[in-house]
Amino acid sequence: MSETLELDPRDRGGPAQPMLRVEGLKKYFPIRGGLLNRTVATVQAVDDVSFLVHKGETLGIVGESGCGKSTTARLLMRLMEPDSGSVVFDGDAVGDLRGITVNEMRRQMQMVFQDSYSSLNPRMTMAESIAYAPRMHGLGRKEAYDRAESLLAQVGLNPRQYARRYPHELSGGQRQRVNIARALALEPRLVILDEAVAALDKSVEAQVLNLLGDLKEKFNLTYLFISHDLNVVEYMSDRVMVMYLGRVVETGPVAEIYRHPRHPYTRALFASKPTLDPDRRTTEMPLTGDPPNPINPPSGCRFRTRCAFAEAVCAEKAPALAAPLDGDYDEMSPHLVACHLPAAQRAMGVHHV
Amino acid sequence: MSDDPVLRVEDLNVRFRRRNVDVPAVNDASFSLRRGETLTILGESGSGKSVSLKALMGLLPSYAEITGKIWLNGTEILGLPAADLAKLRGGSVSMIFQEPMAALDPVYTIGEQIAETIVQHEGVDRRTAMKRALDLLEQVKIPSAARRLKNYPHEMSGGMRQRAMIALALACSPSVLLADEPTTALDVTVQIQILLLLRQLQEEFGMAIVFVTHDVGAAAEISDRIAVMYAGRFVESGTSREIIRSPQHPYTQGLLSSTVHGGMRGTKLVTIPGTPPNLAELPPGCAFAPRCRYTTEACRRPDIPVTVTETGAMARCVRVAEPVFA
Repeated sequence: MSETLELDPRDRGGPAQPMLRVEGLKKYFPIRGGLLNRTVATVQAVDDVSFLVHKGETLGIVGESGCGKSTTARLLMRLMEPDSGSVVFDGDAVGDLRGITVNEMRRQMQMVFQDSYSSLNPRMTMAESIAYAPRMHGLGRKEAYDRAESLLAQVGLNPRQYARRYPHELSGGQRQRVNIARALALEPRLVILDEAVAALDKSVEAQVLNLLGDLKEKFNLTYLFISHDLNVVEYMSDRVMVMYLGRVVETGPVAEIYRHPRHPYTRALFASKPTLDPDRRTTEMPLTGDPPNPINPPSGCRFRTRCAFAEAVCAEKAPALAAPLDGDYDEMSPHLVACHLPAAQRAMGVHHV
Repeated sequence: MSDDPVLRVEDLNVRFRRRNVDVPAVNDASFSLRRGETLTILGESGSGKSVSLKALMGLLPSYAEITGKIWLNGTEILGLPAADLAKLRGGSVSMIFQEPMAALDPVYTIGEQIAETIVQHEGVDRRTAMKRALDLLEQVKIPSAARRLKNYPHEMSGGMRQRAMIALALACSPSVLLADEPTTALDVTVQIQILLLLRQLQEEFGMAIVFVTHDVGAAAEISDRIAVMYAGRFVESGTSREIIRSPQHPYTQGLLSSTVHGGMRGTKLVTIPGTPPNLAELPPGCAFAPRCRYTTEACRRPDIPVTVTETGAMARCVRVAEPVFA
């Protein structure tokens, strides 16, 4: 892996420099109301999120609805402006005078969305959709269409059969393949997959996951894989980041997170996963109630209202991401957890297959 | 008496026929359910699983041709006049849906909706019905139930609405509860709460459940038996152990091997090639044959043999019928 990385002419900082360095990313959405349309509340969708994506890895982001995982993706792509925070792409700060522009960033970073239909223009054929971005970025018509056809073949769709079809003429799985091909049309280095397989049937989902694995190797890609599906994230990711109500609660190598989760929320999340063994059905609810409303999140640790271990300190201040209190720390891919309480981090009440 | 099935379906066929389309959506579906039993119909989108449920409830549009026999508590209900059917719906058979926001009426409070059903079916006065509604909300474990009774659906969270819909469905102690993907739209921590709640309510109320899902995990958590549907037909059925541990039909095997879990890390997923067929243009013989790796000449002939084991497990497959190929 590292050899191919060194050969990549687009690589600037070498394999040790992270592909993406995100620091203090923040986005609050105002809720307006009342007679004067004043801001009456804010949704703290993403609150001080920092993380790294290393070259060639797949970083999985998991969490329930409202945890901020999709907003994070949109902020990275600058589909919306962050309130604050910095994004550094392979050493270049995005949108900074000394760094790269948003357009240059988008040439190297692309995204695939959940809804395969609404993310394609219904009046464009598949080849037109895929060729659009390369043409906008200066490629000639012929070259752009050639590239579109070769990409269709790469994602397993025969160009002769599919290049001239419109989105409504394809199945969901086929459309998602086209979306992947379109994301690859500018030869990006990082692809954000935001629930990209969530809407697909299981048999089709597995095909697309295999395809994503193949393409990653072939095009030397780095993935940011966002999903609510714990099984799929475990299968795809090298490292995992768990989010809850706009904050990162735990992050680390996939085996660490799945086998030795330290944060009480991470443990509850995994324990909620349905078993695939009829003889080992879940008997106790890991959590009660729904995730709280992100409009008025709890003070301090946002999980404290549903946490069995919560103490006074949890309401007073927000825990920072830090090495687990048992001192298990690896410089290269650290396991970090945002929890004040040693007892909560130690409790290993959860077993799963 | 208790061993008699509360719901028996024989050779259910649903065909959508309009001017230029003719879609056989459900073909020869047969099953029966005893009190307190849960049958899961497992299938992908377009397999006909939801249509089967709606046929049982009499909820299909008028251009759907339904044939076959459906017995509910020993009475045949297919072809009953609309007024009689309306008495059954919400009474001895009721249904919960994937989207509670679409199933609940936005302009009435939860309490009013539950009470209305009770008044309608049992003729009790409104005060008694309201009291029952309160009990029901407590039974589905909605916190501060008395206050929630006065809530409109939009004032509740997703999981809470799902609980309210379950309370509404159980208002008249149905003998059969039809559940159409009730946990699909929920977050995983809420999904497991709803599955456990349904299991517990089933113990209290004793109703039979037909649970429709595409999720093998949800099926493993809730079912006694599983019937796998493909292109409008049951291709395999058995106890949930039989289906999940030793699936016989190549489609079931493919479905399970493409259900991702962490243990598969680093390996390539074994997938089913291709996509589900268009129901309007089903091939003769086994509908799965074009995607199946074991297809032989016999699979393309119209009469696919059905194998039934001593335990009652069924598979509709040439290969299962002739173990020589195995």
